[in-house]
Amino acid sequence: MGQLIYNRILQLLAVVFGVGALTFVLMRSLPGDMAFRIASSRYGQDNVSAEAAEYIRQELNLNQSGISSFFSWLIDLAQFNLGNSLVSGQPVSDIVSHQLGHSVMLAVAGLALSVLIAFPLGLASVKWQKWFEPVAVVFSIAVRALPVFVIGLIFILMFALYWQWLPVAGFDTPQHLILPTLTLAIALAATSNRIVASSTRQVLRAPFYQFSMMKGLSPLRTFQRHGVRNILLPVVAFIGIQFITVIEGIVMIESLFSWPGVGHGLAHAIFARDIPVIQGTALCLGVMFVMLNTVVDLLCYWIDPRIKEEQ
Amino acid sequence: MLAAFDNKKLYSNRSRLFGVLLLCVLISMSMIGWAMNVDPAEQNLSAVLMPPGAEYWLGSDHYGRNMFARLSEALRLSLSLAIICVLSASTIGCILGVIAGWYGRWLDNGLNIIVNILLAMPGLVFVLLFAALVPGSFTAIYIAIALVQWVEYFRVSRSLTQSLANSPEIQNALLLGFGRVYIFRHHLWPTLRSPVLTMAAFGAANAVLYMASLGFVYVGIQPPTSELGQMIVELFPYYGDAPWLLLQPLTMLALIVLAFHLIAGDKR
Repeated sequence: MGQLIYNRILQLLAVVFGVGALTFVLMRSLPGDMAFRIASSRYGQDNVSAEAAEYIRQELNLNQSGISSFFSWLIDLAQFNLGNSLVSGQPVSDIVSHQLGHSVMLAVAGLALSVLIAFPLGLASVKWQKWFEPVAVVFSIAVRALPVFVIGLIFILMFALYWQWLPVAGFDTPQHLILPTLTLAIALAATSNRIVASSTRQVLRAPFYQFSMMKGLSPLRTFQRHGVRNILLPVVAFIGIQFITVIEGIVMIESLFSWPGVGHGLAHAIFARDIPVIQGTALCLGVMFVMLNTVVDLLCYWIDPRIKEEQ
Repeated sequence: MLAAFDNKKLYSNRSRLFGVLLLCVLISMSMIGWAMNVDPAEQNLSAVLMPPGAEYWLGSDHYGRNMFARLSEALRLSLSLAIICVLSASTIGCILGVIAGWYGRWLDNGLNIIVNILLAMPGLVFVLLFAALVPGSFTAIYIAIALVQWVEYFRVSRSLTQSLANSPEIQNALLLGFGRVYIFRHHLWPTLRSPVLTMAAFGAANAVLYMASLGFVYVGIQPPTSELGQMIVELFPYYGDAPWLLLQPLTMLALIVLAFHLIAGDKR
């Protein structure tokens, strides 16, 4: 347990350093004079003058050499001082913390819904192997061949534009959450329902399961006592692997649905070349990824007591 | 021969064959577009949003550009990206993996630190950061994707090599005085081959998806070069007037990914 958390903390530091160093290099190696660039994104292309650039150079301390600015940047980072947005001038931490809530809401809702879709699909394809399994397999293959933004696009075309049941994009009402969540959930469930099916099949065939049936437990009771946990273990571990898809899905889905989360913020910041915001949002996504993985580690630890005994 | 009677094997071979055929169709489509010698960026504003016909095989877009030429250009771009990403990522990953698994020591430790940093970052975020570095550059996208993908080859080939390096057959071959290259070709590669090919097929599909995703958030390849993700964004406003146009890049993207997934097989 201690080892597990220790490893994750190391990984967290690695992410912070990796993203930070990458954005630092990025900041330095973009073509053109940095002060002029910032001035043009702040005041507009037409209002850039030598004085404005000089003013920004003074304000942001751009005269330092590469190494000394790397260290001052590193110290800022250690204090979670991410700087201000080059475009709006707001502190990055404010922007990101505002976006984070929306992203977490989308991620949690999407994951929960994907579990609700994947379990019935997986269990049903074990139960009715003859006719249901091929349907589920074809569904999975088809959805996996589509990039997540195409799934979202199809949903928009169907539910928002053709039938007009739901809003296209935005975030005012709870209804705005439905389509992004559904998109993320379908993309995730396409793979995880197969894992549920294969895991269930393995458990049902296992000797311990057969034995508990033989000693006279009813099928339902056997499933509750001996099935659920054992089926759950590989599934939860797999959901951990899927977090890559969640984070990547969030970036695409938020951009598509104009959902004001971190991924949308990242795409916008890249478009506007707003480097402090790029750094803040990328850091946030990386940290979120490691945190989610830690949660899954702890869940596996809780479901399977054997891991405890090993240590 | 015996393997052909194994039902499961037959199925996977059949779907693999189908994937290869699909890929061949896509490649030949991209080649026909090349051979036709039509400029995919040439506009003809008196023939916009045309349905498929004799002159415009797949119709024309909102600037009157030939959709077939544009699609085949996008296909060439996606497929060539997939190929060079897979080739460089798998070569670098496998070579480093085998060396790290075989020699171990400081090289293994050092590489593992790098791998852990890369693994802690979601791939798309990494690629997006690189795309921000040099917007619209094919090379930047390629380098970023290759950097994300070599890790997987490295991990698998390293762990397989580690378990094989102390096996009796390799110890024996070493004692008999066979060179490392010979041992790699005759003892290691036969084991590595199948997982590496599976990873390569998934990797190719992912590379295509990454580039389309970048195009979709408008930080990928810039117009007028046609790219599938960017075409989808451009054509979306016209879905009401010309739904067949939006459908084309969507279908192409799905078909490329499907072809690579079928080639990869069911293993994940």
